[in-house]
Amino acid sequence: MVEQSIYPTDMEMVITASQVDFFYGPTQALFDISLLIPAKHVTALIGPSGCGKSTFLRCLNRMNDTIPHSRVEGTITINQKDIYAPGTDVVELRKEVGMVFQKSNPFPKSIFDNVAYGPRIHGEKDPKRLAEIVEQSLQQAAIWDEVKDRLHANAMGLSGGQQQRLCIARALAVGPKILLMDEPASALDPKSTMRIEDLIGELRTNYTIVIVTHNMQQAARVSDYTAFFYEGGLIECDATPKIFTNPRQKQTEDYITGRFG
Amino acid sequence: MKTNNTADTFILLALRLITYAIVLVIGYILFDIIRHGATALNWQFISSFPRRSGAAGGIFPAIVGTFYLVIGTIAVSLPLGIGGAIYLAEYAEQNRFNTLIRLAIVTLAGVPSIVFGLFGLGIFVLFCGFGPSILAGSLTLACMVLPTIIVASEESLRAVPKGFRDASLALGATKWEMIRTNILPYSLSGMITGSILGIGRAAGETAPILLTVAAFYLPRLPKSVFDQVMALPYHLYILATQHPEADRIRHMQYGTALILLLLVLGLSLGAILIRTHFRKKYRW
Repeated sequence: MVEQSIYPTDMEMVITASQVDFFYGPTQALFDISLLIPAKHVTALIGPSGCGKSTFLRCLNRMNDTIPHSRVEGTITINQKDIYAPGTDVVELRKEVGMVFQKSNPFPKSIFDNVAYGPRIHGEKDPKRLAEIVEQSLQQAAIWDEVKDRLHANAMGLSGGQQQRLCIARALAVGPKILLMDEPASALDPKSTMRIEDLIGELRTNYTIVIVTHNMQQAARVSDYTAFFYEGGLIECDATPKIFTNPRQKQTEDYITGRFG
Repeated sequence: MKTNNTADTFILLALRLITYAIVLVIGYILFDIIRHGATALNWQFISSFPRRSGAAGGIFPAIVGTFYLVIGTIAVSLPLGIGGAIYLAEYAEQNRFNTLIRLAIVTLAGVPSIVFGLFGLGIFVLFCGFGPSILAGSLTLACMVLPTIIVASEESLRAVPKGFRDASLALGATKWEMIRTNILPYSLSGMITGSILGIGRAAGETAPILLTVAAFYLPRLPKSVFDQVMALPYHLYILATQHPEADRIRHMQYGTALILLLLVLGLSLGAILIRTHFRKKYRW
């Protein structure tokens, strides 16, 4: 059952997961997940390590396809399209659904080439247009001012926090509507973390963001809705203030009050 | 670290001595070859044809022959080996068939070189009808170095961090686009370095070329890939063991050995230069 009652009735839902099971070979990692994700809001997935939150996130852009012997059951639709239907163009899906990883992973190329990578593989050749996209994406990721004078320097020379914002810019350059973030700040110092969180706050006006985090304060700070995962199941999902002040489930309360996890 | 640990001190000393011993042996071999070979080295030795069955004159055609064989081996083995490695590292699933392929490759690396020679004779020289020729010799040497190239290339591919792959795919790259743009550029140096070291070793092999390409004496240079050539290792083998005046032409033997050594060292040096160049270009 997909719970709709927690969202305002006129809210547009971008992602619908219903009865999703996920298997790594014989091991089941997700059990019967049904979840709605609203457009242009931030949804946080929280839960202890190994609870399946990252696995679920990686189902949304089919990154789990690369894992041998993995299997998805149930339905996930994005903009009313079943993304696991036969004949789905994974490349088109990933253009629509960008991803930022836990460990910042810029390519060992120049800052410019990093951001231009996506547009280039999707066929953009015009240097003027590429330069526009690169500038716009770096602006959006709030890193333009720091790198505009060294666009052709190697991205590996940036600090950890800058690298992560560059990775966000690189994801935005492809023009996605949805941004998946897998613990994007967990390897960063508090100041860089704050900048990423501010950035998420800016991006939510234009993008649907799903963020996995094990940092509950972060979930409370950046998200509108929070889904709590535990042992491969979705325990509950609700408006973030409600989850953190008045959860319906005992397990959620135990987790957010720090009794386990 | 404890400073009064006698066992530790002893192990360190023993390991150090073993290392020195190895370096000493290699150093002595090099010194011996250079000392005896240097007297034979001059422009005429490098640039002229042998006379009196190699007892006098130079080794020019053998240098050219080995050079051609190296080029031929690279041309055949590099694309095949790198292609195979890409398949094994990036596409092949972990199943019984692919485990068998890997096992075959590792086994191939342990096959004695004379067996490759016989294989080349049977398949390329006789069955394919190439006759003793540069083509047959290069193909045989290529078979011999393939395992080295595949193993080195596969390791090099696997060394590329998973983050680059994930990021590429997540940006909507197809698998081949990911490999072409974000894996090959970073692993190519490792592939080429490993391959050249393997080919350098093959360049010094006698057995595989003995039956497939090498001639003891040819009055002219080869004109096509279907011609036989002289080659340095085979020339050295004949001068040192089969020549009636073997005892009196030591300087010719050492001179040939020195040239062969320089050729292999040159290849290794090339490999190192390629590696440092790419290391500077792509750092992570």
